[in-house]
Amino acid sequence: MQLYDMPDDRGHFGPYGGIFVAETLVEALEELRVMYERFRHDPEFLAEFAHDLKYFVGRPSPIYYAKRWSERVGGARIYLKREDLNHTGAHKVNNTVGQALLAKRMGKPRVIAETGAGQHGVATATIAARMGLECVVYMGSEDVKRQAPNVYRMKLLGATVVPVESGSKTLKDALNEAMRDWVTNISNTFYIIGTVAGPHPYPMMVRDFQAVIGVEAKQQMQEMIGRQPDAVVACVGGGSNAMGIFYPYINEENVRLIGVEAAGLGLATGKHAAPLTANSSVGVLHGNRTYLMQDEDGQIIETHSISAGLDYPGVGPEHAWLKDSKRAEYVAITDDEAMAAFHSLCRTEGIIPALESSHALAYAEKMAATMSPDQVILVNLSGRGDKDINTVAGLSGITL
Amino acid sequence: MSRIKTTFDQLKQQGKKALVPYITAGDPHPDLTVKLLHAMVANGADMIELGVPFSDPMADGPVIQRASERALVHHVGLSRVLEMVREFRQQDNVTPIILMGYANPVEAMGQEKFSDRAQVAGVDGVLTVDYPPEECKEFTALLQARGIDPIFLLSPTTEPARVEVIVNQASGFVYYVSLKGVTGAKNLDIEEVAQKVAEIRTLTDLPVGVGFGVRDAATATAVAAIGDAVVVGSRMVQAVEQSNDQNLVDNVAALMKELRIAVDAA
Ligand SMILES: Cc1ncc(COP(=O)(O)O)c(C=O)c1O
Repeated sequence: MQLYDMPDDRGHFGPYGGIFVAETLVEALEELRVMYERFRHDPEFLAEFAHDLKYFVGRPSPIYYAKRWSERVGGARIYLKREDLNHTGAHKVNNTVGQALLAKRMGKPRVIAETGAGQHGVATATIAARMGLECVVYMGSEDVKRQAPNVYRMKLLGATVVPVESGSKTLKDALNEAMRDWVTNISNTFYIIGTVAGPHPYPMMVRDFQAVIGVEAKQQMQEMIGRQPDAVVACVGGGSNAMGIFYPYINEENVRLIGVEAAGLGLATGKHAAPLTANSSVGVLHGNRTYLMQDEDGQIIETHSISAGLDYPGVGPEHAWLKDSKRAEYVAITDDEAMAAFHSLCRTEGIIPALESSHALAYAEKMAATMSPDQVILVNLSGRGDKDINTVAGLSGITL
Repeated sequence: MSRIKTTFDQLKQQGKKALVPYITAGDPHPDLTVKLLHAMVANGADMIELGVPFSDPMADGPVIQRASERALVHHVGLSRVLEMVREFRQQDNVTPIILMGYANPVEAMGQEKFSDRAQVAGVDGVLTVDYPPEECKEFTALLQARGIDPIFLLSPTTEPARVEVIVNQASGFVYYVSLKGVTGAKNLDIEEVAQKVAEIRTLTDLPVGVGFGVRDAATATAVAAIGDAVVVGSRMVQAVEQSNDQNLVDNVAALMKELRIAVDAA
């Protein structure tokens, strides 16, 4: 196999990715691209990044063998990469640490971010507080209502949360609004995108910052079982936790890479957030070309998932490429299946997973049952479920 | 020769600048769009920018976002917009129509099919906000092969070397975005516009349109003194938004007249 070398210098992963933005943003993206090229191999920058990941985030995150759960499922052994143990409770912070260091080097005193579930917003507000940067977070007004505790966390950290009232009032609209802020305040503002989407260089840069997950995992698996897993499984919203763990494994042909999208109420109902699995058509949104959930006029349609973090109509362009090239496989898990896995992990392992991560767990469970105990599945446990307890309680008719 | 070039040539002979209103197709109702187009022409519009509604108008401010939302209530998509242009052409075969919108509706229809249908409908120019020239070379060729001008934006942050790349791919005219921000913002700096447009003129002979911050007669006059065309978007859409079905056409016509006088006063 040819060594993987994506994207090209304009951010293309085959036919996907690219820089599809209004001219008003082109220069800012060029400035970012040049600065990132300069720092991505700079030993001093990388040392500072590694230092912050270790002492502020708490890395490396451990890999944990979920023995009781594996035995209960029966079949392959399931290992969990514990991104839920990071400061702020998810993988999102890896990326915000990296981008905030870049913002500082570029002399930008103000950072902005979009958020859906609020995890990326909290991670951005956290790092902004630590570095003394002004922070504005855009969040769809529907999500503001659904994720009240995270909104308050951001405020405690000194960020301004702006509810977005346009369109479907969710994550995609928050991203639109953050872009609008950015074109208006380009000279003093750095836009910290929370996933491997957006125009180049974001999908590549966010992947690189998240790749610490896979780099650690390769070393840890070697130490723990003397080899690499048979399959790596991760949930896919925009796709950053999945790219982070997949990327260092791309050239390891014997390791299957499996991305798990949100099937919501079921793919057949149309109420889902699984553009790859449902084979949606290809289009352009938020600065890149990728698979998109859209109607026949090319209008982006509303998605559905029980987990706000997977509720996004597109997917990072590198996943589109990995799907077409068949290097990764994409599947989808319904709300109900994710909930079952959520409860199952809580009760057998004493770990409350995020609803997003529960999608990956549910698929691992299905898959493990068809495999033998000498086989190993590594699941990226992208976050903890504390943020989701209101949603879960609500499903049981309980108001907290 | 394209209607756009003919129009600019004629205006130049008359010593006038082009007045280019923007409205979003289907706002407030698809049945009213063609009527509005004719009313704008009758009251001083030289060319028209017709917005294609999109669910995620990233480069637009709140006024044009709301126009898109109103049009989408009636499911006005690209096919419907092309029908409107064809209907307009039955009575007006001289006024150029420029479609302005986002890439995804074009991608959904297919670039070639769109180009064919736009030609048949009588479209003269296409401005796709999120297709920078590097990402749409084939599309540019498809349009130009059908006599349709690809219109590109230039912004205050576009470096001269890049201006050259863009003007080489453009035809008809180029569109200078007169401020840092989204449509309808309020921070237009006339001196900066003058300086930048002068710089653009050293790099191309194409006419230069100016828009994104023209909000009243005074800014229209000031911008007309600098550019070859004055594009008025959010202010037009505001007039649509603030009208009811009875006074809509009259209000838009009145604003058009006022802007015509302002542009001619330059
Ligand atoms: C815990 C967790 N996992 C996964 C995601 C999905 O994002 P991505 O696909 O970029 O990893 C989110 C997003 O909010 C999240 O909070």
